[in-house]
Amino acid sequence: MTLALATDAPPFDLPGVDGANHSLEDYADAPVLAIVWSCNHCPYVLAWEGRMSAIQRGYGDRGFRLVAISSNDADRYPTDSFEAMKHHASEQDFPFDYLYDADQSVARAYGPERTPEVFLFDSERRLVYHGAIDDSRDEGAVSEHYLREAIEAALEGREPPTRETPPVGCTVKYRE
Amino acid sequence: MDIELLYWDGCPSYPEARELLEEVLAAHGVDADIRMTHVGTDAEAERRGFPGSPTIRIDGRDVDDRGAAAAPSLTCRVYYLSDGRPSPIPSREELEAALR
Repeated sequence: MTLALATDAPPFDLPGVDGANHSLEDYADAPVLAIVWSCNHCPYVLAWEGRMSAIQRGYGDRGFRLVAISSNDADRYPTDSFEAMKHHASEQDFPFDYLYDADQSVARAYGPERTPEVFLFDSERRLVYHGAIDDSRDEGAVSEHYLREAIEAALEGREPPTRETPPVGCTVKYRE
Repeated sequence: MDIELLYWDGCPSYPEARELLEEVLAAHGVDADIRMTHVGTDAEAERRGFPGSPTIRIDGRDVDDRGAAAAPSLTCRVYYLSDGRPSPIPSREELEAALR
């Protein structure tokens, strides 16, 4: 089941493509934290990941942190293996941490269904926005900037104007 | 003309691909049905040489030669637009070229 709005962020401690482990507590200083389910192989992620980088770069000086997590079953989808994640992150020069949830326990705690799918938490680590990054995979056709507006609101201590949207993308590849 | 759209319903892009294909066929005056083929298992993906959803074949030929060579899999297929951007569906230009 997907995490409900206003719920506390479930803890995690996962290996990152940078060679270090990263836990929820490591981001305690961030006033707003976005956890985005992602992966390597999905065309929707590929279409949106440039915007994920731009959002991290744009709000990083205000303490915002974006963390991407891949939980996909790499046995069935080898392009989502941890080694492939390292290669992809290096190639794309991600300005955010990219973590691997090999046993899918973190995905089962948050309940994402799609990649990309955003869980945005305020300074108390309560879920304030869940869903899509914006309203179009085609960057030139975007008219609603859900995540940016939610980040702005959360940074100012306000409730986001839109709190939930349907994520659009590939399914998270859970093991059966 | 035989037009087949193979899809896996775990990927949300096939309705958009079908809509674009219908537009392109209409614009070119092609009056042909689109045969929708669902691929639901790894074994079926292997048997049909299905490199991901959606896959469009016109008279048996994939509209995207490059992507057609990918290993069979139940996955969302990645296309690349003429400017290099990735996309979950082929471009209009790619479909038009396949009709010529």
